[in-house]
Amino acid sequence: MKDTDIKRLLYTHLLCIFSIFLSTFIPSFFLDNFSILETHLTWLGICSVFVTAVNLMLYLVVKPNVSSKRSSLSHKVTRVLKCCIYFLMSCFLLHVVFVLYGAPLTELVLETFLFAVILSTYTTVPCLCLLGPNLRAWLRVFSRNGVTSIWENSLQITTISSFVGAWLGAFPIPLDWERPWQVWPISCTLGATFGYVAGLVISPLWIYRNRKQLTYKNN
Amino acid sequence: MRLSSGAFAASCIAIEVVGVAIFLRGFFPAPVRSSAPTEQRAETPAPEPAAGASSNWTKLPPPLFSKVVIVLIDALRDDFVFGSKGVKYMPYISYLIEKGSSHGFVAEAKPPTVTMPRIKALMTGSLPGFVDVVRNLNSPALLEDNVIRQAKSAGKRMIFYGDETWVKLFPKHFIEYDGTTSFFVSDYTEVDNNVTRHLDEVLKRGDWDMLILHYLGLDHIGHISGPHSPLIGRKLSEMDSILMKIHTSLLAKERETLSPSLLIVCGDHGMSETGSHGASSTEEVSTPLILISSAFERKPGDSRHPKRVQQTDLAATLAIGLGLPIPKDNVGSLLFPVIEEKPMREQLRFLHLNTVQLSKLLQENVPSYEKDPGFEQFKMAERLHGNWVKLHLEENHSDILVGLGTKVLRQYLSALKTLSLSLSTQVAQYDIYSMVVGTAVVLENAAHPSSGWSEVDLLLLLGTVGHVLSLGASSFVEEEHQTWYFLVNTLCLALSQETCRSYFLGDDCEPQHHFHVEQGCEGVLTHTLQDSTVCNNFKPNRAGKGPSLSEAHGGCKWWTVLASPWLVLACCRMLRSLNQTGVQGAHRPDFSHWLTSSEHKVQLSGLAALSLLVIFMLVQRGCSLVSKAALALGLLGVFCYRAAIGNVLFPWQPDNKGISKGIVEARFVYVFVLGILFTGTKALLKSQVIAADFKTKTVGLWEIYSGLVLLAALLLRPHNLPVLAFSLLIQMIMTKFIWKPLRHDAAEITVMHYWFGQAFFYFQGNSNNIATIDISAGFIGLDAYMEVPATFLTVFGTYVGPVLWASHLVHFLSSEASSGSALSRACFCYALICSVPVATYIILVTSLRYHLFIWSVFSPKLLYEGMHLLITAVLCAVFTATDQTGRTKS
Repeated sequence: MKDTDIKRLLYTHLLCIFSIFLSTFIPSFFLDNFSILETHLTWLGICSVFVTAVNLMLYLVVKPNVSSKRSSLSHKVTRVLKCCIYFLMSCFLLHVVFVLYGAPLTELVLETFLFAVILSTYTTVPCLCLLGPNLRAWLRVFSRNGVTSIWENSLQITTISSFVGAWLGAFPIPLDWERPWQVWPISCTLGATFGYVAGLVISPLWIYRNRKQLTYKNN
Repeated sequence: MRLSSGAFAASCIAIEVVGVAIFLRGFFPAPVRSSAPTEQRAETPAPEPAAGASSNWTKLPPPLFSKVVIVLIDALRDDFVFGSKGVKYMPYISYLIEKGSSHGFVAEAKPPTVTMPRIKALMTGSLPGFVDVVRNLNSPALLEDNVIRQAKSAGKRMIFYGDETWVKLFPKHFIEYDGTTSFFVSDYTEVDNNVTRHLDEVLKRGDWDMLILHYLGLDHIGHISGPHSPLIGRKLSEMDSILMKIHTSLLAKERETLSPSLLIVCGDHGMSETGSHGASSTEEVSTPLILISSAFERKPGDSRHPKRVQQTDLAATLAIGLGLPIPKDNVGSLLFPVIEEKPMREQLRFLHLNTVQLSKLLQENVPSYEKDPGFEQFKMAERLHGNWVKLHLEENHSDILVGLGTKVLRQYLSALKTLSLSLSTQVAQYDIYSMVVGTAVVLENAAHPSSGWSEVDLLLLLGTVGHVLSLGASSFVEEEHQTWYFLVNTLCLALSQETCRSYFLGDDCEPQHHFHVEQGCEGVLTHTLQDSTVCNNFKPNRAGKGPSLSEAHGGCKWWTVLASPWLVLACCRMLRSLNQTGVQGAHRPDFSHWLTSSEHKVQLSGLAALSLLVIFMLVQRGCSLVSKAALALGLLGVFCYRAAIGNVLFPWQPDNKGISKGIVEARFVYVFVLGILFTGTKALLKSQVIAADFKTKTVGLWEIYSGLVLLAALLLRPHNLPVLAFSLLIQMIMTKFIWKPLRHDAAEITVMHYWFGQAFFYFQGNSNNIATIDISAGFIGLDAYMEVPATFLTVFGTYVGPVLWASHLVHFLSSEASSGSALSRACFCYALICSVPVATYIILVTSLRYHLFIWSVFSPKLLYEGMHLLITAVLCAVFTATDQTGRTKS
């Protein structure tokens, strides 16, 4: 494993963080009264679009895994369609999980669904970019000792930290501080975002620190 | 010889219970009480102090007022009278306050701001401690010395109309009464009309000395629609016209008799911005207190900013006003403006009586009372008073007398203030010593078992630690159900992940898992799940044509195993919306309200019957034939009981004839409960004595478990029967598809049982608030209130969740014959996981003892924790006993 790889990883991650920053600042030039807390749903949508766009761009530019060589057009189209279906399925699955966790069933449906969308953006989209619509590869990456590259390793870290962030984000909801960000699902989306950013920052550093111990089968 | 770890843990828990008991004894201070029995009537009033020459005035001073009318308006907040609402809707009272002969105060009520303790405070002048609230859930007669009792023994004739609580508190004290219940909160006109309808006649009659009216309508309006509802204004106008009627009638009477009368208007507690009460916000503790009498001087005072006094001050004032001895436990001080117009000698006499009573109380409650500044001031004032009396008796009408008199007066007033303050703070002081001892005992104990703790999942550990830490925040204590639901959900997701992983990836590193993954033809994943028996059967031909067969066998299991955590999650979600609990969610509409409303009786009956059926199906599988029949009859009895008391309907008898107390039906069920428990215990003992086969013991444990289930079915309200059914369902699912196939460790299973038990405690509608305890469970099958069975039934009804899950744990672990020490390890774990929160919570409460919410939030939780610990101790004893049974056998 080379240090250049880690450097590339770091740059791509910095780009992702930058896209989240942009999503908080750019819309205020075009939209009146834009703020993360008050027009939260708008921000969720914009942030989700930005992060997805950056991930796709990075996928096309950096191409971290150069495995699939078959590049017929129909194959590509089915692949893209499959990715879209996977993404939607993950959104619905997460929505169901939130409802099971106690989110209201009939009220605030849009809020809950957009939370599912943003969490999918942080977790499913990178997986789809990196691993493609291949469930076996996903299971391999998210099981013990299954990662085969630093990309996959960082994917593991960011995904888990996003979920943990969203999980921790639910903690302040019952507190009686009566702050605007305690409203469902704002604290959870913010938690997921912070978790994602933290994962993006931590994973290159962690890989860099443990680069001696890390041995991947393919490298 | 080494004691088994389970027995060790059980004894530790027993010691811890003692520790918590010591702590509670210190934490909930005994209220300031006079030790003299109240029956003792011979006590003479304190004579007027005199230096040298003895005073001739030893009797109690005569009453100031011939008639007293107390109008208590429930939840009357200070701004309803003194604020803009008062000016708008209560013009007569506002006029009296501004122009008339009256004194207006803002009386501060001490939390808990609930009606009964407030009535006690008003009439005894003492501060009911928190324990009083717990002790007096049944509102028995007031035993302490109070104004009403004194008035009765002085031969005053009293009439009462209004809230029933008074009649319960002061039985046989009123010559005439009519109690209205505050049961139907939605009724706010009828309750007040029931009070007012007597008024004309009573006012005309005039053969009474004291009239007490307690109006509930305003409180009910507050509960329904809050303090800004338009209904409030209408109600206030109604109250104003009633007060005007009373006042004019009193004035007319006064013209005949020429002795002044007193009209008192007060509230027992205020109303928060949402319309409820009970806590300690400014809106809830501020109540108006208005004294109206022609004896008072008309003076245009600053009525916009009335003086703040304590609610307890009314008792002393009332006693003086009626010429009665001041109640012994009174901590309030006389409202001085009331006696301001009296001659100096009488003023001093009244103040002296009050200070003597307060200093007596101080002497009885504080060992070092002589150093108390209030007591010193009192001694000084008494001496000065003596001098003054001497001068007065010498007919010395000079300026010196007036000057000295004012000085004595000032001295008395400051003494009263200091004494009253030091007595009130006495109530809020903690017995630190016993708290420290209790904490030490609890801690010492929690520290011991932690050495034996090793192999529990990260989640289980983190969740437990997180829950313990969350107890430090009042909101998390109020909303503890959210914590448990969250943890249980996360646990289910983690289990789902574990099942997925062990199924799809085979997890070669964990050979104990029973999922064997076979990769058949390359590229295609063919997974088969094999039970251990299946595995053994097919081992020889597994490599060859085995897969197709075992796939067919395992196919259904494969799906059920993967789906089971999700099924449990779905069950939990449904239960969560059954009962909304906590503080923030309590007002939200939930399924149980819908069910219990009278127009949905049919649905409720259907659901209850269905739940009972499910309970029977799930429980009968492990029982012997006799117990099966008993269980079926018992569950039928439960339905009959609910039908008899009118909760549910029989399908063949849609209009129930009469509502009885259902004593026969309930006792019928009790017989079966005892029968099943008895057979279970017998089987257990048999398995120990004659070393019968292993199965007898398992069946015995299951029978004990099913007996408890039957008892729970009887005690839980019909809309909570689904909770019981779902609890059994989840136990079945978890046992069959998760714990057995995944072969969890005994410690892990114990922690999971504990978590589910806690979650079910809240699913049932409980919370960390005393008010949610279902006391009606204590009266099932009893004619009258019997303390021991009622307490036992209430406690069991409240802690159904933890108890049932723990007994399921015992059965599950002893049915798994794999390791002999599993049960004792489980006992160890269970004891630890229950004692750690208690120990931490005690430290937290000690450090937060001056927190604003200590009485409203932390103390009830402390009581719940103490009770839970006691139950845990009993459960651990059962664990150990079962374990010993197992040991002697093997």
